[in-house]
Amino acid sequence: MNPSPTPAPSPAAPPKIAVVDLWKSFSGKPVLKGLTVEISSGESLVIVGGSGAGKSVFLKHLIGLIRPDRGRVIVDGQDLTSADAAVGLELRKKFGMSFQEGALFDSLDVFENIAFPLRRHTRMTAAEIADRVRECLELVHLPGVERKSPSELSGGMRRRVGLARAIAMKPEILLFDEPNTGLDPITSAVIDNVIVEMREHLPVTMVTITHDMKSAFRIADRVAMLREGVLIATAPPDEFRRIPDPYIQKFIAGEPLEEEVA
Amino acid sequence: MSSSARLLHSVRTPLEAVGLRTTALFEEAGRFFFILYQTGYWLLRRPFDGRQWLRQMVRVGVDSIPVVGLTALFTGMVMALQTYRGFERFHAEAYVGSVVSLSLTRELAPVLAALMIAGRIGSSLAAELGSMRVTEQIDALYAMATEPIHYLIVPRVAATTLMLPPLVACADGLGILGGYGVAVGLMGANPVVYWEKTFQYLDLNDVFSGLIKAAAFGLILSVTGCAKGFFTSGGAEGVGRSTTAAVVMASLVILISDFFLTKLLF
Ligand SMILES: Nc1ncnc2c1ncn2[C@@H]1O[C@H](COP(=O)(O)OP(=O)(O)OP(=O)(O)O)[C@@H](O)[C@H]1O
Ligand SMILES: [Mg+2]
Repeated sequence: MNPSPTPAPSPAAPPKIAVVDLWKSFSGKPVLKGLTVEISSGESLVIVGGSGAGKSVFLKHLIGLIRPDRGRVIVDGQDLTSADAAVGLELRKKFGMSFQEGALFDSLDVFENIAFPLRRHTRMTAAEIADRVRECLELVHLPGVERKSPSELSGGMRRRVGLARAIAMKPEILLFDEPNTGLDPITSAVIDNVIVEMREHLPVTMVTITHDMKSAFRIADRVAMLREGVLIATAPPDEFRRIPDPYIQKFIAGEPLEEEVA
Repeated sequence: MSSSARLLHSVRTPLEAVGLRTTALFEEAGRFFFILYQTGYWLLRRPFDGRQWLRQMVRVGVDSIPVVGLTALFTGMVMALQTYRGFERFHAEAYVGSVVSLSLTRELAPVLAALMIAGRIGSSLAAELGSMRVTEQIDALYAMATEPIHYLIVPRVAATTLMLPPLVACADGLGILGGYGVAVGLMGANPVVYWEKTFQYLDLNDVFSGLIKAAAFGLILSVTGCAKGFFTSGGAEGVGRSTTAAVVMASLVILISDFFLTKLLF
């Protein structure tokens, strides 16, 4: 069930993010092989796929953390892959990203981690920043950890602080790398709700990576399966469930494949 | 395997090794100049992070005073001891003060201080940035529209380059005092003569050239440490490798560039 019916993107509306024929290999080993996808404004795209399929690599291309060998990433009509440093910096201000392992600054406490982008890119007063930080921490159900250092937190807590840091700036585009891996089912559902609610209040475009099909169906407008360097299927949740591809069906059901994963 | 193939193989392997080493060397140099260039590019850009600059200057300057001071003190002392013994043989004890002050200010204080700082700061820069790299903290900075070179490397390189000259100035002073102490207190040199000879041949240029060298060494060792850390890969083990390599490389480059700087400055 989709909580927020996406306004059907008019065919004329340009995509928020367009990925065109993306290729990337690491030391000769191809990871992305001509991946193409368009993400429209306000859409929530969920990427699923096996471990090591290249999901994180794909997500890092979207924000320019990795340069592709070939192909382009276009954000709001601007080519991120060929942008110079200044344009790239401006483009990245539209993004918020949470990393698979949190990637919190361990020289700063939780409060300063979340306040970091606010201090750097806004003119908010100290009180406004404190309010925003508290609000973000409440959203991810972690009140009162402001003065803890990242090393004092559990893995799941770190990831949630990373999530709070990603949404602190209320960016136009959010990228989440496995926001609920390693969380208990209840907290995981809480995170899903945070993501769903955020879309109800803000016109945010989201790309989320997850292994958890349940949460994929909960938060997605479209689900895409990444396998062997390309998206083999992209469809709204109800359709995705019914795709007769054996790999996708096994993936949804959580069953082993007969032929071994290459 | 036929014997000619084996021969070919035995020739190719060492050649290959040399080739790989050469590529690695060029890659290393490329990274060094990349960081150097980027640091210059971002140096005066906004926002200026005064708190970071100050923190790094304390870390490099103030916290290194004991190490550098002790090094200089004992170097001055042993210099006095050795030259006194030697000069005694041709009755030139009077010139011990001159030798100690000249060699300290022009050569020993800058080089030894830089080597100590390479061990203390070069390694910790590499370890710090390296672990930030492997835990994706550098990616996170970038994702938050903050240029990592600007936020992390500029204050560290600037602080090291700025703090080395004052550290070396302290080292000059302490080394000369150490020499004086040993010569006068231990070897029985005439205090008035020793003091006079210490400054008689010492030019302000000697001191300045030493301080310029110090700044150059500070730049070299901090850029090396930052480059090593910034381009770390391979988890915790990679961080360890970067840390060691940073110290070894910075020390070598300091010693090599010392020769050319000396040639240039006099
Ligand atoms: N910086 C890198 N250097 C070399 N190889 C890399 C690098 N980053 C990723 N890879 C390789 O790319 C492949 C895809 O990695 P990626 O992290 O995208 O997987 P993933 O789909 O996110 O998996 P998981 O679900 O386990 O997080 C892996 O084989 C990995 O070894
Ligand atoms: Mg991943």
